[in-house]
Amino acid sequence: MNAAVTSADAESMGSGYLVEGGRTLWSWLSTRDHKRIGILYAVAITTFFFMGGVAATLIRLNLIYPDGRMLSAETYNKTFTFHGVVMVWFFLIPSIPATLGNFLLPLMIGARDMAFPRLNLFSWYLYMVGGLFTVAALLLGGVDTGWTFYTPYSTMFSNSNVILVVVGVFVVGFSSILTGLNLIVTTHMMRAPGMHWYRLPLFVWAMYATSVVMMLATPVLAMTLSLIGLERLAGVGIFDPALGGDPILFQHFFWFYSHPAVYIMILPAMGVVSELICNGVHRKIFGYKFMAWSMLSIAFIGFLVWGHHMFVAGQSMYAGIVFSILSFVVAVPSAIKVFNWLTTLHKGTIDFHAPMIYALGFIGLFTLGGMTGLFLAAVALDVNLTDTYFVVAHFHYIMVGGSVMAYLGGIHYWWPKVTGRMYSETIARIAAVLMFVGFNLTFFPQYILGYEGMPRRYHQYLPQFQDLNILSSIGACVLAISYLMPLFYLGHSLFRGEAAGPNPWQATGLEWTTSSPPPEHNFHETPVVTHGPYEYCD
Amino acid sequence: MSLSLPEASNFAVPIDRMFNAMLVLCGGVTLGVFVVMFWFCIKYRRGSDANREGRHSTKMGLELSWMLIPFLLFVGIFAWSINLWTLLRRPPAGAMPVYIVAKQWMWKVQHVNGRREIDTLTVPLGVPVRLIMTSQDVIHSFYIPDFRVKQDVVPGRYTALWFVATRLGNFPLFCSEYCGTDHAAMTGTVKVVSREDYQKWLKASTALPPAEQGRQLFVQFGCSGCHDPGSGIRAPVLRGVYGSTVTLADGVTVTADDRYLHDAIVLPATQVVAGYAPIMPTYQSRIDEEDVLLLMAYIKSLGPQASPAQTGVTHAQR
Repeated sequence: MNAAVTSADAESMGSGYLVEGGRTLWSWLSTRDHKRIGILYAVAITTFFFMGGVAATLIRLNLIYPDGRMLSAETYNKTFTFHGVVMVWFFLIPSIPATLGNFLLPLMIGARDMAFPRLNLFSWYLYMVGGLFTVAALLLGGVDTGWTFYTPYSTMFSNSNVILVVVGVFVVGFSSILTGLNLIVTTHMMRAPGMHWYRLPLFVWAMYATSVVMMLATPVLAMTLSLIGLERLAGVGIFDPALGGDPILFQHFFWFYSHPAVYIMILPAMGVVSELICNGVHRKIFGYKFMAWSMLSIAFIGFLVWGHHMFVAGQSMYAGIVFSILSFVVAVPSAIKVFNWLTTLHKGTIDFHAPMIYALGFIGLFTLGGMTGLFLAAVALDVNLTDTYFVVAHFHYIMVGGSVMAYLGGIHYWWPKVTGRMYSETIARIAAVLMFVGFNLTFFPQYILGYEGMPRRYHQYLPQFQDLNILSSIGACVLAISYLMPLFYLGHSLFRGEAAGPNPWQATGLEWTTSSPPPEHNFHETPVVTHGPYEYCD
Repeated sequence: MSLSLPEASNFAVPIDRMFNAMLVLCGGVTLGVFVVMFWFCIKYRRGSDANREGRHSTKMGLELSWMLIPFLLFVGIFAWSINLWTLLRRPPAGAMPVYIVAKQWMWKVQHVNGRREIDTLTVPLGVPVRLIMTSQDVIHSFYIPDFRVKQDVVPGRYTALWFVATRLGNFPLFCSEYCGTDHAAMTGTVKVVSREDYQKWLKASTALPPAEQGRQLFVQFGCSGCHDPGSGIRAPVLRGVYGSTVTLADGVTVTADDRYLHDAIVLPATQVVAGYAPIMPTYQSRIDEEDVLLLMAYIKSLGPQASPAQTGVTHAQR
C-alpha cells in the first residue's frame, strides 16, 4: 500500500485506490475494495453490452428485408434469444447496482467499504461463471427459446443448449441476490454518524428498493429454472401437459420474478437521474420523501402485477381484471417521480452538462415508455397489442431509453470521481443528443408496427411492414454510433484527460468530499453528516 | 405505410375508439411533460435573469394532486377497458363453434359439418363465431390484427375466442407466441364470405360429420371394446357423460367438460372414475388433438339431448 498520499498525488491519475491496493492484475482479481469490484463489473458488463449489441445489430440488419434474407430462421431465433438473455441478465440487471451501486453506495453513506467485501468479490466471480456458461452455450450453437424460456418449448421441444443457459442464468441470479444482500446490510449498518435515513441521497434509496426486489424475487427465478432442468433432463412432469404438467404455471413463476426484474432495472435508473438532476439544476430535489417512498412502493406493488404479461395466455377473465387495476396502481408512483423531477427544474440554475442531458433524455423516454405501458395495462387494448412490436417498443423505451440512458448519464457524472480525470464535454454532449435521436428513430416506428399488427420474434414479415422496419434499422445505426462514441472519448480521458479534482461539478454529497480517485478506504477521517443530501446554495 | 388498420370485426370499432382516446390523453400528457421540461430548461438556464425567489422543496397539495388525478384517470380508463374486456371474453350463447388445432407450424381448422382447412379460416359475415382452440405441441397464439383479437393456444387445455366478422375479404392471421424455428411462417388467412357462400362452401365438402368421424375412430382405436354398452368389460358408459358431474376415485367431483373428456382420453390415469379399475391405456402418443376433438364430438352426440350430432352446436359454455 502506498502510505504517503498527499493531496497533490490524489489530484492526479494513478493514485488513490487505483494504485493503493497494488498494480498487478492479481491485485485486481483478488481485491475486496468495493470501488475496484465496481470496476471489474463495469468492464465485464460493458463486454456483455457490446456482445448483446452485436446481436441487436444482426436482428435489425435481418429485418431490413421482409423475407429476412440475411439470417436463417433458426439463426435469427438464436440471435434474439442471445440478445435478450445477455442484455437482461448480464447487462441491465447488474448494470447500475453492481457498478455504480458498488462504487458509490459506501462513498455516499460515508463508509469505508461494503459490509461484506469478500462476498462482494464472490458475487463478481459468480457473475463471471454465469457469463461463461452463457457464452459457452452460444459458442456451442446457441439457444432458441427466447429469453423467456416458455414451456413446454424450452423443456421438451427445443433442440438447443437450453440447460447451459439456464445454468448460467441460475448462477448469475445468486450474484444478484448477494449484491442485494450486501447493499441492504451496508445501508443499515455502515452509515456515517449523522447520516439519518432522510439524509440519504435518493440513489441510496433506489439501491435499497432494488436490493429488496433482488433478494425476494430472484430466488423464484432460481426455483423456476431448476424446474426447467428437472423436466428437461429427468422428464419430471411440471410444465408439459403431456407429462401431466401445466405450461401456464411456468408463466406465473417466470413473471413473478421477471416483472419485478423490470423494476430491478428501472429503480436504480431513477436513483441516478435524481442525483444528476439535482446537480444539473443546483437545487434540492422537490418532494424528497415522496421520491424515496415512491421507489419503495414501486418495489412493493411491482410484486403484484405479474399477471399482466398473461392477459391472453389462458388465465381467467377475473385474473385479467385484477392484474389490470394493479398495473394502473403501480403507474401512480412512477407519475409522482416524473412530476417531481419536472418541478425540481422550476426556479433552478440549470447547467446542460452531458450527465444532465442524459437525465433529461431519460425523463422524456421514460415518460413515453410509461405512457404506452398504460395502453398495455388496459386489458382490452392489450389483447390486440401484446406480443407485437408495440410491446417491444414499450419495454425498450423503459429498459434502454430509461435504464441505459441513466446508466450512461451516471457513468459520465461519476467518471471524474472514478478515474480522477475529465472527458471532452463537447463530444459527450453530442453523443448524448445523438443517443436520444437514434433511440427514438429506432423504437418509435416499432410502436406503429405493433399497432398495425406485426408480431414479435418474426424472422420474416409481410411487405407492408417494410418501410417502418427500414426506418428502425437506420435508427439502430445512429444508436450504435452513439454507444460506441463514449468508448473512445472516455478511453481517451482515461489516459489523457485533465485532472478532475475532488468536486468538478460543485456537487453536494459525501462522495465529492473525498479526493478523485478516492483513497482505498474512501475517507481519511470518518465524515460527520449534519444536513440533507442536496444542500445547494446558489 | 398506412396508419389505419382495417376494422373488420365487431370489436375493432370500440377498441379503436378506446385506443384513440388513450392516444389523445397519453399523448397530451406526454406533450405536456416535454413542453414543461423545455420551458423550464430555457427559462432557468444558468445565466438567465429569471426570478428564482421563493422556491419550495415540497408542497403537499401539489404532491397529492399529482397522485390523485392520475389515479382517478386510471380508474376511468380501467373501467372503460374492463367493459370491453368482458365483452371480448363472453361469447353469445348461440355462437357457431369452429375448432382450431395448432401445431408446429400450421393452423388446422375443423368446421361444424366436418369440413377441414389448413392455414385458412373461412367464416361467414355477420355471424358470431366461437373458436375453440388447442395445441398439439407448444404454445401458439391465434392473432387476427384486423379483428383486434388474440388468444394463446395452449397444449393440454381448450382456450376460446369469439368475434363477428363485419367486412368481406381476406385478412392476415398470425401466430403471435414464439413457437420455434418457423414461428414467423405460421401465418394464414381469414376469409370472410357471405352467409350463403359459407353454407355453399360447407356443403361442397364430402367430409362426414364430426360425430360420425368420431364414431369410426371410436371403433378403430378400440374404445368400443370396453365403452360400448354391450361390452363385457366394466368401463364407464359414455352416454350422457358430457356436462354431467362425475365422482372420481379420490373422492373429488368434477364436471365432465371438454378438458375432462380430453384428459380422460389422453391421460386416463389422472382421473379414474370412482368404482372403476384404472385399466384404460393412455392414448397420448397414439392420438392427435384433431382426433380427440372428433371423439369428443361423438361422445357429446351420445348425450340425452335431441340429436346434437346433426347440428353440432351443443357446445356448452366452458
